[in-house]
Amino acid sequence: MRTVVKSLFSVAMSLVLLTGCSSGTSTTGSSQPGQPAQPGTSETKPAGNTELSFFYPVAVGGPLTKIVDGMAEEFNKENPGITVKPVYTGSYQDTTTKIQAAVQGKTPPDVAVMLSTELHTMMDMNAILPLDEFIAKDGGNEYVKDFFPGFLANSQVDGKTYSIPFQRSTIVLYYNKAAFKEVGLDPEKPPTTWDEMAEYAAKLTKDGRWGIEIPSSGFTYWMYQALALQNGKNLMTEDGKKVFFDTPENVEALQYWVDLAKKHKAMPEGVIEWATVPSDFLEGKTAMMFHTTGNLTNVKNNAKFDFGVAFLPAKKNYGSPTGGGNFYMFKGTDEKKQEAAWKFIRFMTEPKRAAQWSIDTGYVATRKSAYEEEIMKQYVKDFPAAAVARDQLEYGHAEFSTHNNGKVTKALNDNLQAVLTGKADAAAALKKAQEEADKVLASFNK
Amino acid sequence: MGELRAKWKVNVYAWLLLLPSLIFLLLFTFYPVWQTVILSFHQADLGSPEPFFNGIDNYKQMLEDDVFWKVLTNNLWFALGTVPTSVALALGMALFANKALRGKGFIRTAYFYPTVVPMIAVANIWLFIYTPEYGALSHVMDWFGKGDMNWLGDQSNVMWAMIFMVIWKEAGYFMIFYLAGLQNISQELYESAAMEGASAWTVFRRVTFPLLMPTTMFVSIIAFTNSFKLVDHLVIMTKGGPDNASNLLLYYIYETAFSFWDQGMASALTIVMVVLLLAVAAVQFFGLDKKIHYN
Repeated sequence: MRTVVKSLFSVAMSLVLLTGCSSGTSTTGSSQPGQPAQPGTSETKPAGNTELSFFYPVAVGGPLTKIVDGMAEEFNKENPGITVKPVYTGSYQDTTTKIQAAVQGKTPPDVAVMLSTELHTMMDMNAILPLDEFIAKDGGNEYVKDFFPGFLANSQVDGKTYSIPFQRSTIVLYYNKAAFKEVGLDPEKPPTTWDEMAEYAAKLTKDGRWGIEIPSSGFTYWMYQALALQNGKNLMTEDGKKVFFDTPENVEALQYWVDLAKKHKAMPEGVIEWATVPSDFLEGKTAMMFHTTGNLTNVKNNAKFDFGVAFLPAKKNYGSPTGGGNFYMFKGTDEKKQEAAWKFIRFMTEPKRAAQWSIDTGYVATRKSAYEEEIMKQYVKDFPAAAVARDQLEYGHAEFSTHNNGKVTKALNDNLQAVLTGKADAAAALKKAQEEADKVLASFNK
Repeated sequence: MGELRAKWKVNVYAWLLLLPSLIFLLLFTFYPVWQTVILSFHQADLGSPEPFFNGIDNYKQMLEDDVFWKVLTNNLWFALGTVPTSVALALGMALFANKALRGKGFIRTAYFYPTVVPMIAVANIWLFIYTPEYGALSHVMDWFGKGDMNWLGDQSNVMWAMIFMVIWKEAGYFMIFYLAGLQNISQELYESAAMEGASAWTVFRRVTFPLLMPTTMFVSIIAFTNSFKLVDHLVIMTKGGPDNASNLLLYYIYETAFSFWDQGMASALTIVMVVLLLAVAAVQFFGLDKKIHYN
């Protein structure tokens, strides 16, 4: 009896060995993070149905996943042969990581929203599809020209288009009108210059409330870019190969930022957490804040006080970087899926949908014709703040984007944070950042 | 002849039993480690479309990298801050929870619950505890007049904030091991000590603590390796900032691999970490082993 059990056991173990060998290769191959749930299942569906995996991030407050799911539902209804499966993939950084991992694992998503600044990195990885062919077939020059040029700056390289603007923003100044009244400032006259802002912020500061908060965690470089643009030119070249950190104007811009906390005592010292700034504003712990226009609807729905939105104050000129995510399509996906994905992108960027998306979130509607839609005209009439970010686009510039974006951005962020926490002085830190960035970009400048 | 065949039969049987675990170990541990070693000698970043062999360049670059030395020293300080404290605290908690007659279950639950909460949830909670102005800790600090201290946004505070949180999380876990160890100490020893009129401290020093040495060694190794492995909270709370003040080696590896896509460098960093942890484990197993008495 015992020998029978033993031999049966041996047979079972040998079978395990065989199955272990055969499934070993596929288990290591398919253990990729962020893989969509149904890579090859379209073969088992009826021949007409194309399934698209759609990765998207959420970077601002509000019930955005519901809205995106709703839009995908609508698309699926209008296009019976195509099913879009939206997959929420976290923050911008998480989404980028998941997409890059999927690309490396040769299973890229069919369509995704990713930071517009990842353009150069994605091109270096040879991961994205140029979209000019699709544009020529469906939409043409008219389609592309309808987008605001400020947004196209991070979407095109050498005249070729690689991504389509979707959820785009600029930084705006939110200010608490009630607080302004309280300290004797005119609530309809937000600060328009650096000096005015420092002065007002100092006046507005009292026990339990700061005059202004500019977040410095997460996207430190973005806020800094705004100050730099207001004092001169952008921090990098169009082709993403060179950066300019240690110019005198940029040092002055950084010094102004530090002085708001150190000299004018109108801002908390140290690093200010990105996510808590809007709640600080809503709680009245800060009278003004720099933040993305993408938070506009969230602030509008939750503010218990009268608030205003204005251009960021100017030094030599107004200025703000654009921000946000674009639609991308990836190499290595099925041709039929590419056609379907392009349809989806066109759907999502139709003027009335772009307008609705802007109303629901606060992002700038990416197309000029979106502002001609009835719902948008009505909305802007009732809520003029919604037009501020769009109007500021006149002074909008491309968001910071270079080759090897991650490393260069980290070098800049680290050094900015060192200055804001008082551990380094502006000129020295920016020089260090410049050196580090030059080293990283050296191989792209050969 | 029959003897050899019988031996062979037994051996094959043994190998077949080991086979499933061996396959997993090979596929998911040894093979990836081997691949990592190989990749660490290649240049595999965004500037090089195909990885190519570059000798020890990655290691040389690593030694010249300021951030690498910063994260390494951070990690060592972090280990120094968390290991002795959490082990000592766990021992204390175990002794207390063992003795308490009333509410034993409640005390053990209270000490243990931080362990069952996932680190990401813990990090989110503590992120708000540490928020200046209206976080829970700031309300307490208000009594001392320091309500606006920036715990996570200041280089001098952030390490302490992290250490404190990790000790809170880990001590309960180690307490379990000590509780188990305490059960194994025979009551007779305590009775004979009581008969000789030994004080509580002497009993602890001469009876309890030496007999808990195996547990202490085990718990120390776990605590030390955990101080290198635990980086989930960095993703939520500080992202390694400000300016790498709270950055730890594993988080830096993650950044290098999945933010910068410099896989060659990330592999080199990984090898360094693995070697370091192996060295520590070797010291503890071979060196300290001699000093521990087993019954």
